[in-house]
Amino acid sequence: MTSKAIDRRTGLSIFDRMLMMRHFEESVIQLYKQGRFVSHYHIYIGQEATGGTVLEALGEKDLICTTHRNHGHIIGRGCDPNKAMAEILGRETGFNGGRGGTLHISDASRGFLSTSAIVGGCAGLATGAAFGLKVKREPNVAVGFFGDGSLEEGLVIESFNIAALWKLPVVYVCENNSAGAMGPQQGGYPTAITATDSFTRLPAAYGIHCLKVDGTDIGAVHAAATEAIKRCRAGNGPVFIEAFTMRWPGSSPLWPELATVTDLNQAWDASLIVGPNADWVQHHDPLLRAARELVAAGHASRDELMARDKDARSRVAAAANFAIESPMPAPATVTNHVFA
Amino acid sequence: MRKISYAAAMVEALRTSLAEDHRVSLVGSYVLGLGPKRVLMDPIRAEFPDRIFDPPTSEAAIVSIGAGAAMAGARPFVDIGTGSFTYVGWSPLVNEAGVARHMSNGTLSVPVVYHMLHGIRGGGAAQHSHSPQAMLWNAAGLEIVLPASPYDVKGLLRSAIKSDNPTVFVNHARLMDIEGDVPEDDYMIPFGRADIKRPGRDVTLIATSYVVQTALTAAATLANEGIDVEVIDPRTLVPLDRETILQSVARTGRLVTVDETNLSCGIASELSAIVAEHGFKSLRAPILRVTRPDIPTPFSQPLELAITPTADKICDAVRRIMAWT
Repeated sequence: MTSKAIDRRTGLSIFDRMLMMRHFEESVIQLYKQGRFVSHYHIYIGQEATGGTVLEALGEKDLICTTHRNHGHIIGRGCDPNKAMAEILGRETGFNGGRGGTLHISDASRGFLSTSAIVGGCAGLATGAAFGLKVKREPNVAVGFFGDGSLEEGLVIESFNIAALWKLPVVYVCENNSAGAMGPQQGGYPTAITATDSFTRLPAAYGIHCLKVDGTDIGAVHAAATEAIKRCRAGNGPVFIEAFTMRWPGSSPLWPELATVTDLNQAWDASLIVGPNADWVQHHDPLLRAARELVAAGHASRDELMARDKDARSRVAAAANFAIESPMPAPATVTNHVFA
Repeated sequence: MRKISYAAAMVEALRTSLAEDHRVSLVGSYVLGLGPKRVLMDPIRAEFPDRIFDPPTSEAAIVSIGAGAAMAGARPFVDIGTGSFTYVGWSPLVNEAGVARHMSNGTLSVPVVYHMLHGIRGGGAAQHSHSPQAMLWNAAGLEIVLPASPYDVKGLLRSAIKSDNPTVFVNHARLMDIEGDVPEDDYMIPFGRADIKRPGRDVTLIATSYVVQTALTAAATLANEGIDVEVIDPRTLVPLDRETILQSVARTGRLVTVDETNLSCGIASELSAIVAEHGFKSLRAPILRVTRPDIPTPFSQPLELAITPTADKICDAVRRIMAWT
């Protein structure tokens, strides 16, 4: 059971976001395997409860900055999945006309800043957005999502200092997804390499309010995000949230693999969970956890959640079709949009 | 017309911009350097205390914060300080500010101004004498402005702050005390319009920033020898006014490019390449370049002078090109 109570409407809204995020990215991996796009890419599976819940807590005018692992945040915000998938496939109809791609999807109309794939880059931009809001005397907040590896970058530490000095309305959401990662020694993707035993020591050194949460617990994340946003709106300065998740097995190798395939029935029938990654599915999959908790809280029936799952699957299938059928950008347009 | 200093003209443009638009802010207020002219900023600090922020020594963060604030709809003027410090903030400058508009398919604007004092300033040695504008020209997506006179700095700074693009505003400490005619009224100088600082018929000299002043000194010397030099100041590298440059070379048939950026891949080199590619038929002699050589800037005065593009070096180059047959 989730550590914090959450109401039905909020819980189901978060769950819908998470369903879309999950099915969208399972589709992305399949499209890559089919050779539909060329690029290294990063998958958010396993972290949906963090992003989906923080995004639920944000207002429409709040600003968001994300990273190379942005698919979940874009979809979780409710941005058009057709345009997001088209962007990943480099199509003219994508959010960014194919100029950004998987690493840089951004929807400015929904408050996204430039999506930086430079590790730590997002923390500086989010701090800047908060500075812009302060100068313009607007009551909104900026949220920067980044991984724990970002704490290795000097820019992030400098940003903490300035955000604290100027009491900027920025929420840093550090998504610590290193647990369960293989690391380069085992041939996997690089993970945090740090001498500190707790990432919150770094922002705390500047007096930044820090919260640690289980990033797979929608109730706990919602409570933390709500508190953080409230503090920022009240002018009390930045907040740092560290959300812990267990690395999805498909994101452990250097290239993403569809290591698990979501079946919502696994939430209530453990006999369906088999294979080498059964432990992650059973104990660490935030989507199945949220499904179990929503049913246990009496917020929804299994059938109701299955219907939502079906709906999300069909929206994602439509997005994939839209992207595949969309035209590539015309080479002659390559010089467009360098300057305003 | 009244004469005021370059520094005073710059302060007028900053004040007008701050008064006109509440979204404008200064991140770093020592924009005139550490010389005696710095006190000219004091009235602005007093007038706009809630929009002037002196940050910690964190170049990477202030460049990034400037970009992020601009994406959020503010219009920050970010002072990086000495041009050499730009390298500390290089990633947010070229990886964020310069690419965001293109990467977002034109849906994001980054209306930030980055200000720096570039160049050989006297005893700056190897870490306080850089001129990063050529490297920045090589990184797409940044407007690059180099005002060389009091009149230009006021009008170009007004345009820079109103620009919806990330703009690098490159000053030179040695320009701050120069006096010149500056209208009291507000005015803007559009980007991409070169200025013929001195008309002439024999040789075209293209120069930017402080070396425009050096080139004018050289032109006065050469006039006494009967050589009539035209001095062209592009004023902005991005966008670049190719037409004025090519038309000048079409009239004179000879070109010397002068700049403080290093010889290799420098501004003088790029301008030479443009004329060689598009104005070859006009040329009656090879193009010569007078630049800083490709070595770190030394401290000691005679060594520093040895690498500085001086009026004497410009005169020598012009005499050589006039003697070429």
